[in-house]
Amino acid sequence: MTRMDFLLIAPELWVVTMTCVILFVDLFLKEERRAIVYLLAMVTLVFAAIITLRFDYGGDPTASAFAFNGSFVRDQMGDMLKLFSYFVLAMVFIYAKFFLRQSRMFRADFYTLSLEALLGIMLLISANNLVMVYLGLELLALASYTLVAYDRDSAKGSEAAMKYFVLGSMASGILLYGMSMIYGATGTLDLVAISEAVRVSGSDDIMLVFGLVFLVVGLAFKFGAVPFHMWVPDVYEGAPVSTTLFISSVPKMAAFAMAFRLLQTGLGDLQSDWMQMLSLLAVLSIVFGNLAAIAQTNIKRMLAYSTIGHMGFVLMGLLPGTAESYGAGMFYVIVYALMSAAAFGMVIMLSARGVEAENLDDFKGLNRRNSWYAAIMAMVMFSMAGVPVFVGFFAKWLVIQAALNAGLVWLAIIAVVFSVIGAFYYIRVVKLMYFDEPITEAPIDAPVDFRAAISLNGVIMLGLGIFSGSLIQICMSSFGA
Amino acid sequence: MSLKTILILIPLLPLLAAAVAGLLRNQVGRAGSHWVTILGVAISFALSVYVLYLQMYQGLGTQNISVYTWMVADGIKFEIGFLIDHLSSLMMVVVSFISFMVHIYTIGYMADDPGYQRFFSYIALFTFSMLMLVMSNNFLQLFFGWEAVGLVSYLLIGFWFDRESAVYAGLKAFLVNRVGDFGFLLGIAAVLYCFGSMDYFEVFAAAPGIEGQSVSIIPGVEWQWITVICICLFIGAMGKSAQAPLHVWLPDSMEGPTPISALIHAATMVTAGIFMVARMSPLFELSEAALSFVMLIGALTAFFMGLVGIVQNDIKRVIAYSTLSQLGYMTVALGVSAYSAAIFHLGTHAFFKALLFLGAGSVIIALHHQQDMRYMGGLRKQMPITWITAWVGTLALIGFPFFAGFYSKDAIIEAVHASSRWGAGVAYWAVLLGVIVTSFYSFRLLYLTFHGKPRYTVDVGAGHHPPDGVLQHAPKESPLVVTVPLILLAIPSIVIGYLTIDPVLFTGWLSDSITVLPQNDVLAAVGEHFHGPTAMAQHALQTAPFWLMLGGFVLATLVYMVRPALAGTLAQRFPRLHALLENKFYVDELYQKLFIGNTLRIGNGLWKKADAGLIDGWLVNGSAKLVGSLSARVRTWQSGFLFQYAFAMIIGLIGILAIWVML
Repeated sequence: MTRMDFLLIAPELWVVTMTCVILFVDLFLKEERRAIVYLLAMVTLVFAAIITLRFDYGGDPTASAFAFNGSFVRDQMGDMLKLFSYFVLAMVFIYAKFFLRQSRMFRADFYTLSLEALLGIMLLISANNLVMVYLGLELLALASYTLVAYDRDSAKGSEAAMKYFVLGSMASGILLYGMSMIYGATGTLDLVAISEAVRVSGSDDIMLVFGLVFLVVGLAFKFGAVPFHMWVPDVYEGAPVSTTLFISSVPKMAAFAMAFRLLQTGLGDLQSDWMQMLSLLAVLSIVFGNLAAIAQTNIKRMLAYSTIGHMGFVLMGLLPGTAESYGAGMFYVIVYALMSAAAFGMVIMLSARGVEAENLDDFKGLNRRNSWYAAIMAMVMFSMAGVPVFVGFFAKWLVIQAALNAGLVWLAIIAVVFSVIGAFYYIRVVKLMYFDEPITEAPIDAPVDFRAAISLNGVIMLGLGIFSGSLIQICMSSFGA
Repeated sequence: MSLKTILILIPLLPLLAAAVAGLLRNQVGRAGSHWVTILGVAISFALSVYVLYLQMYQGLGTQNISVYTWMVADGIKFEIGFLIDHLSSLMMVVVSFISFMVHIYTIGYMADDPGYQRFFSYIALFTFSMLMLVMSNNFLQLFFGWEAVGLVSYLLIGFWFDRESAVYAGLKAFLVNRVGDFGFLLGIAAVLYCFGSMDYFEVFAAAPGIEGQSVSIIPGVEWQWITVICICLFIGAMGKSAQAPLHVWLPDSMEGPTPISALIHAATMVTAGIFMVARMSPLFELSEAALSFVMLIGALTAFFMGLVGIVQNDIKRVIAYSTLSQLGYMTVALGVSAYSAAIFHLGTHAFFKALLFLGAGSVIIALHHQQDMRYMGGLRKQMPITWITAWVGTLALIGFPFFAGFYSKDAIIEAVHASSRWGAGVAYWAVLLGVIVTSFYSFRLLYLTFHGKPRYTVDVGAGHHPPDGVLQHAPKESPLVVTVPLILLAIPSIVIGYLTIDPVLFTGWLSDSITVLPQNDVLAAVGEHFHGPTAMAQHALQTAPFWLMLGGFVLATLVYMVRPALAGTLAQRFPRLHALLENKFYVDELYQKLFIGNTLRIGNGLWKKADAGLIDGWLVNGSAKLVGSLSARVRTWQSGFLFQYAFAMIIGLIGILAIWVML
């Protein structure tokens, strides 16, 4: 261990320290001063961003630095994903505060648990060792289970948390089993060393392929890819919307990083094998997610199926295994996290007095009630549907282009056809907002930070679409494309 | 300011003015909108004059300036650029001057209209589009300007969109122009195909290289590429410049406000086709066949459209048919390779035709929007300025010696006479006889409007919508904003021909823009007999056109002044001929039956069977139903039972294992 090791993990150390500080401070806070927790949590994110940005790569976007005997890695991809995790989590905190206050659940737990989950996410993003991957994953998962059950008195929430926990444990077991087989085949836990061992021994080893299948299944669960998606709709619906907001957005970026590290860094030589597995999962997710979303009347469930479809696209970005496709996948997952945060933010905004706006009908006539927020929701929906000019279009376009360049024409065709089908349920929301009569005329009210955040989040959909070049550039350069 | 900046400002200022007047119409108000557009166009006019000055006196040569590259696709550049030579700088001055006059005039003419700001926004937008068209250095921008003027024309014809006839006329203009534009676009595509470039200079330089290359559009018939290109481009010109048989939209376009008839449908936009063919002279010169086609179409239009003008009763329609006929003259000139003469006539015609239209507008204001000449008469006493300027315009139009139209029209007739192109003999007779027709309908208009006894009565108690021929107030002379443009237009209508014929036609002032092959140079032949404008006017007394013009004058005087009853008697004596002319040779009826009826039938069939039945019923709704039912089925898989979820995961795991490990 050297001083450099600690410098490299400074953001993680900062987050873990602050989580403890917040836990401790909260003990001495009176009910009405609870906002201090929120402020501290935001400060944590801001400084985490500053600390992360201070690290210097010496100008090479593909350079990486290792800590703790290669079990931890810092590179541009990881740092970018971490920065966006802070940003999206900050949005989550702002949106959640409003909801938690209204439903009288404004306690420090939400923030400390989320920060712990963030720590898991950060470790997962930087993990370069099978044990580290597992550690990050479990930290994230345990915090998430608790967050789902955050509303202790809600039967639905407890049920969802139980399902999530059982299925999640199963997935963890499968992943762990896969890791052990890989360890058995290669004799190392270090991802770089694994890739060397695979190169030497060749890819015919049946144990290796078995391990790979189990790893992919564990990953697929994390992404919520079909057929390992069953938890997604139930958890999204059962959890309080503040939690759904969180688990639908930030952890997806970690899942992307985890998939990249395991599959590309560790098992890059098995690309022809996992490409086919991922294609199957991607196709099933895109087809199934978009089809099932159409039949939903509950907005949270609809967005859950929409997530499944989007994750199909992220998998599509991973599977060609080219630098260009990884860049596209990374761009997609970042954009998706932003879109998802905005969409659930709007759901929170419409929740009146702690009653969640669960149904699509709650969006009826929103334009009449407040045209600006209707416009924001419309931008988010168009972006999710992949309408040009909005950033979601460019995300889809890059992924499809990467697939085409890799010769996967059939996959591209399926993706395009089902994005068209999927456009239906997004645009239906727009139709409800603009062409239907509102159920209630109650004015939309929210604190100023909420309004500012959701406006920013909505405008990003358009702004990042028009000026998408630089972010795409960063994503591409992270992989040397 | 660099030249480039000036050139960018010339079209940009009217565009900005249009945006301000249109988008901020409530903020700037009525006065604000006319000030901003007039200022924009005035500066644009001043800068255009400056550019012309630079070219004429400072020896500024041809400028081919690229402003901005829009994109490069497959090695072909698409860019915005300006080609500034004598032809385009002359056009810029003509366009911006007429537009400037019309802007001022509009203040008076549209004073009571609720769409005041919208109108100013449109005409400024038109000025921008037209300037982009004439200043272009490539086919793409030409096409942009071409379509943009068409769009503004459509918007302005249908300006009073609550009148059904105006909407109909706007639609008709748009659709007829589409037919022409289709040809135009094919022409541009052919240019792109043959030369691989959109730039004028590159295309012109490469044009001689494709002589002799042919294409068989219909199997077995070989066409020269250059002829195909030229005829396609000219079809575009036929639409925009209203040449038979695509002329039908122009008379109907008179539904628009009169300033528009003056600006767009007489002086500038309709001359875009003429300008374009002159600009493309390096291409047209290479195809004798295309030039013959151009000439015959022009001759047809020049003579027959004039005839229709004789029987019209609407004052604006008479002038509209006169415009058609004059455009025909210009086209004939193009067809005999006398491009300079066409441009010369274009210039002089712009002034006196705008003058006539604005004069007609002045009359229309005085008579409270009465346009039927049967209810006019004797207005010379109440409206002296309008009357005198109308005389000036008429004399210029019929080609009275020393007036502007005399020089340009006589030059065209002489050039046709000197031409030996196939069909030139027919064209010569058409343009010659056209003179008597022009003279006849022009004087008919003057007499019916300003002379004789009033055929209207003034009744103060007639209410707001009195019957035809009854006025609420006695007519009076129009305000200054109307009469000043009339006077300002009357001056060039008299002198512009005298002053500019020598440089424009004979000393090769336009030779930097226009290419004429030596064997086609009819103007050189005409020029041998040219000894100055004064001598030309004196010589006119010995030529046929002068006497024909006088014949038209005498006939008109006889029929409409000396024996007013004669007109009706003649109409009764020759009912067939009268009906033929009254119905404009039944062209509209033919189109209605042949094209519109059949198109509607095909459209209805496609709509009901193909669209509603096959596409909507089967493909669209069918696939939607399929997706809906799939979606409903898929939904039930989510049972809510934990064991089923876990089971699904295991099945998935085993499935993947089975596929990749066992295979």
